[in-house]
Amino acid sequence: MEKITGAEAMMRALEHEGVDVLFGYPGGSIMPTYDALFDHKKSLNHILVRHEQGAVHAAQGYARVSGKVGCAIVTSGPGATNTVTGIADALIDSTPMVVICGQVGVAMLGTDAFQEVDVVGITSPISKWSYQIRRAEDVAWAVSRAFYIAKSGRPGPVVLDFAKNAQTGMVEYEPANVDFIRSYDPEPDVQMSDIERAAKLINNSVKPFVLVGQGVELGNAQEELRAFLEKADIPCGTTFLGLSAIPSDHRLNMGILGMHGNLGPNVMTNQCDLLIAIGMRFDDRVTGNLATYAKQAKIIHFDIDPAEFNKNVPVDLKVLGNCKETLAAVTPLVDAAKHTAWIDGFKPYAEKEYHKVIDKALHPKEGPLLMGEVVRKVSEAANNEGILVTDVGQNQLMACRYFKFTKQRSVVTSGGLGTMGFGLPAAIGATFGAPDRTVCLFVGDGGLQMTIQELGTIMEQGAPVKIILLNNNFLGNVRQWQEMFFSHRYSFTPMVNPDYELIAKGYGIPAKTVIERADLDAAIQEMLATPGPYLLQCAIKEEDNVLPMTPPGANIDEMLLEV
Amino acid sequence: MEQDTTKLYTFLIYSENVPGLLSQISAVFTRRQVNIESLNVCASSTPGAHKYTVTAYCDEHMAQMLTAQMEKRIEVMQAHYYTDDELFINETALFKISTSVMLKNRDVSRMVRFHDARIVEVNSTYAVVEKTGVTKDIISLFDELKKLDCVLQFVRSGRIGITKSRTEHLDEYLAAREEKRHKKQNN
Ligand SMILES: Cc1ncc(C[n+]2csc(CCOP(=O)(O)OP(=O)(O)O)c2C)c(N)n1
Ligand SMILES: [Mg+2]
Repeated sequence: MEKITGAEAMMRALEHEGVDVLFGYPGGSIMPTYDALFDHKKSLNHILVRHEQGAVHAAQGYARVSGKVGCAIVTSGPGATNTVTGIADALIDSTPMVVICGQVGVAMLGTDAFQEVDVVGITSPISKWSYQIRRAEDVAWAVSRAFYIAKSGRPGPVVLDFAKNAQTGMVEYEPANVDFIRSYDPEPDVQMSDIERAAKLINNSVKPFVLVGQGVELGNAQEELRAFLEKADIPCGTTFLGLSAIPSDHRLNMGILGMHGNLGPNVMTNQCDLLIAIGMRFDDRVTGNLATYAKQAKIIHFDIDPAEFNKNVPVDLKVLGNCKETLAAVTPLVDAAKHTAWIDGFKPYAEKEYHKVIDKALHPKEGPLLMGEVVRKVSEAANNEGILVTDVGQNQLMACRYFKFTKQRSVVTSGGLGTMGFGLPAAIGATFGAPDRTVCLFVGDGGLQMTIQELGTIMEQGAPVKIILLNNNFLGNVRQWQEMFFSHRYSFTPMVNPDYELIAKGYGIPAKTVIERADLDAAIQEMLATPGPYLLQCAIKEEDNVLPMTPPGANIDEMLLEV
Repeated sequence: MEQDTTKLYTFLIYSENVPGLLSQISAVFTRRQVNIESLNVCASSTPGAHKYTVTAYCDEHMAQMLTAQMEKRIEVMQAHYYTDDELFINETALFKISTSVMLKNRDVSRMVRFHDARIVEVNSTYAVVEKTGVTKDIISLFDELKKLDCVLQFVRSGRIGITKSRTEHLDEYLAAREEKRHKKQNN
């Protein structure tokens, strides 16, 4: 059999896994692999980012919208350490990703060689699996195992630390197909006894309420969820990451859970008699004070990760498995019900929130532009069919609150880690993961500057990211907390900003700034009608607050509607 | 007052024999602010499987969390926690004792015998005493010998334990996994 280098084996192994896009940045220790990549440019579309953090976030964006494993490739040392934030982000948000890092040759490991860092040591606590490839013979196996681990069960990031001698060593390549690891069971069998108990609890419930998490999207269980909800007539709330698992306007979708979510679902969490959590992990931003969280209710938790059960919230029944299977199993056993009175009970809260908050956010009569109105207008101009990518901060909370979803896998936001700088590169990744869709990025003036260099990637690729910069001249979210909880002391949150339009133009990206409300619609139309990337800067009211809000540590149903 | 529900749990963890797992396992404890009291790692009776015996003070909810988080690591097969009454447990200690003190004071060898310890080596400078038992017995021998002012060195191993249960969790787990592998191959 023909012998090839480990680097060439890596290319073939990636192709064997169906990889078509790689986000990366070359350097010394990964050069043999980049050399091999040169001959695979047609099948492996390598996107040169401008900073390795951009590569991992782009891979995340790609993975989140496509459902495939995102792939990033970087050099050793600083290249590898620059990926750390994205790896941690992907772990906490369950994003399937494989990161390949160059590494010095094994003979030099542990000698403090040039650009040597302990990548496995650094990434092992923040990845699902981290492995050092030390021999060319291990490439096929390690890559196959990496992709299997990244995408199976609860997805997550995997790191391959690729020693230089393994890249240059010769091997007879044969593709590997890992689909079983004895110490790892990502496909737990559905326990029918649990399903029956769940159905019984549901059928006996008068006021059931469902919490929809990203697990529904990750399990491709959107249809199963809808069938379940509709048959049993159960209202639901979603997490930020679960936003597009059910259409925004679905009759049973009551809105967003948690600190900056909607009033109804948070209040009703503490009034229901049965709480059914599906593919979500009771994050503290969702639950608020645990001591008072849903204490009146029985709780069923559907999840594929057994470590999530009873972690934050003690549950009465755990239903382990992929919710695509467990929901499909429970639906035939639940009674076709009508919970009309219970569902109508959400209405007063929705109306209250509408009058006190939403109406003002969407239809201001005067004053500077507000984030909410911009978001809703962009969403509607894209027929509510766009992909929402956000950065972190008020821009994120407002975008998640006011963007509307009709299609699944349409939200890309850094939920668990709250990584500023995530948005721009993630949006680039999303354009490759869903090339037929409109990718709308909402980003703040702080966060844009954290990864602004990726405008270079956008320029080079012509990546059609519609960048909506919500510029409030503040680190707005921190400023809001300073206003509310630190006596208005704005410690280092005002932002001195550059001319963003000029910067975009420097990258050859068409750009416009909107100050007046009257100009907004036309500017959005122009942005969407312009092929390729576009930067729309909106001058946003400087000291606006995201409401409603459950103050940190407060009971989840005690939302402030005004400051 | 809130009741202290903390007790000493013994964790038995089985993993594949791969490098780096020890630090992954210890990280699960440190990240949740639980101190490891003792730790023993060795090959198990199952080929390819390593066994970790870890003791730590925590409450039962924490013990559940720790085992779940350990099992989440890809190469960990099984992690369980036990209280002392569910296990046969043992530790070994070695004492290096001054021969001259031992010859001068008959209480030294009397204590060794009284505590069911063995002298495994004697030369003109020192003797080595080996004691196997539970922590409390070993410490009590140590305290006595210390009083007699003869201890040159002392070392105590981490706890090791085997379950009293009549079923073998690991074997059952591996059998179930094997069955699943077959099912998968035949699909
Ligand atoms: C990497 C990182 N650093 C710091 C923070 C803390 N932080 C959260 S929101 C925020 C302000 C964001 O400001 P901006 O990007 O302008 O968005 P805005 O809230 O104004 O919409 C900061 C500093 C963070 N989430 N991530
Ligand atoms: Mg800002």
